[in-house]
Amino acid sequence: MSTLRAAAAPLALVAGLVGIWEAACRALHVPAFLLPPPSAVAVALVENAGPLAMSAWRTLAMALEALVAASLFASALALAVSMSRTLDRAVRPLAVALQVTPVVAIAPLFVIWAGVDHPGRAIVALAAIVAFFPIFSGATRGLAAADPDLERLFDLYGATRTQRLLRLRLPSAVPFLVEGHKVAAGLAIIGAVVAEFVAGSGGAQGLAWRILEAGNRLQTAKMFAAILALALMAAGLHFVFQSLERRALVWWRGR
Amino acid sequence: MRSPAPDPVASLAAVEVDYPGRGRALGPFSFSLAAGEIVALVGPSGCGKSTALRLLAGLENPTRGTVGRAAVRGAIAVVFQAPTLAPWLSARANVALPLDLAGVARREGRARADVALARVGLGEAAGARPAQLSGGIAMRASLARALVTHPQVLLLDEPFAALDEITRRALADDVLAIWLEEKPAIVFVTHNVEEAVYMAGRVVVMTPGPGRVAGETRVAASWPRPAGFRTSARFREAVEEVSATLARSMAERA
Repeated sequence: MSTLRAAAAPLALVAGLVGIWEAACRALHVPAFLLPPPSAVAVALVENAGPLAMSAWRTLAMALEALVAASLFASALALAVSMSRTLDRAVRPLAVALQVTPVVAIAPLFVIWAGVDHPGRAIVALAAIVAFFPIFSGATRGLAAADPDLERLFDLYGATRTQRLLRLRLPSAVPFLVEGHKVAAGLAIIGAVVAEFVAGSGGAQGLAWRILEAGNRLQTAKMFAAILALALMAAGLHFVFQSLERRALVWWRGR
Repeated sequence: MRSPAPDPVASLAAVEVDYPGRGRALGPFSFSLAAGEIVALVGPSGCGKSTALRLLAGLENPTRGTVGRAAVRGAIAVVFQAPTLAPWLSARANVALPLDLAGVARREGRARADVALARVGLGEAAGARPAQLSGGIAMRASLARALVTHPQVLLLDEPFAALDEITRRALADDVLAIWLEEKPAIVFVTHNVEEAVYMAGRVVVMTPGPGRVAGETRVAASWPRPAGFRTSARFREAVEEVSATLARSMAERA
């Protein structure tokens, strides 16, 4: 009941805006290639449901693949960095440089490297680069976030390095890791879409490609349909990761 | 000359601790702890009480001077100012942690943890997570963790500071009851003079930082403390003596 009421307000707002949009398009005779009415977008969405779902899945799959790669690499590197201060000093500036460089700027390079026949590889690599930093930064912060008095307790009882890592540092890092993965999941989608745009038409056939294709043909309603599919997919992923985060934290702290 | 203990379980001989950039934090400070005695370290904030405790625990090394410890690892336990429990572990697993780290089998560790928890009146809460415990209960769990190895030396770093008056008095009585049963040597740091006199047989007063020994007061009363001890003349006298020593050392500093 309360969730219903909570959902009512945003739904009403969306319905109102869509209604105004539809009415305005009809009343002002806006050309459909400029701004199609929502009804036309809905029709395009239904007519292209199959291809759009396929494309959404491609983009999502590439983003998730990138997330897994980023997670493995970022966590492993964070672990290594947490054990060596020299390595930390060496790696950090590079990681930051990679993070502040816009993905659009390096995308063409990756497209060349991956080759025209494998745009998917470039897209996954670029999305992974974008997803890398939040996980790396969360993991390094988390691995250093153990309560100093708990660290002293481990000193007192003569804990080995392995015990300290497995029983103190890794568990202490869990909330930071979870948060990092949630942020990274959102960024991976953005990275994948941006990379797809740069890769242009071609074998990847994700949602960005559908947007480009429809745009080139001035099929604006189809463009809107693809954007809507992208938004829905990204929102869905966000909610999934948010609920995973909540569950993980409940498990971690017991409530 | 106050009689030095025959065979100290831990001692600090003219120790000094300098922190780079912050200067001297402690000393020269000498202190000796006899087996089974209960000593309070009292002093103003920043006098190096906690540093002295960490030296005794072997968690820190002095810049100069020597630290003597008869007790082996695991025979020294520390209770920190905060409960310092791992949030991802149950109370039982937290209490069993020192045993786990020592390689005691998991089942035996948990069983001994349950005994320690029951001893501080937390038998029921063994499965709860720290986030589900109140401050006083969490502090008890922390105490149980310190007791689980049956330490020879128990070091308490202002363990009651964050608790309300009723809870801290109850906990002080619990610590005394455990001490009477097992007789670990206890050093506890506090800035509460009445608490120091209530619990300790010997109150060592420290000067403002870098802390030295400003004086020592022996409390001539037996344990368990007799009824009405807190209002007795003996108690008041000891409190006044400690307070006077504190005030004198602060005035000398100023």
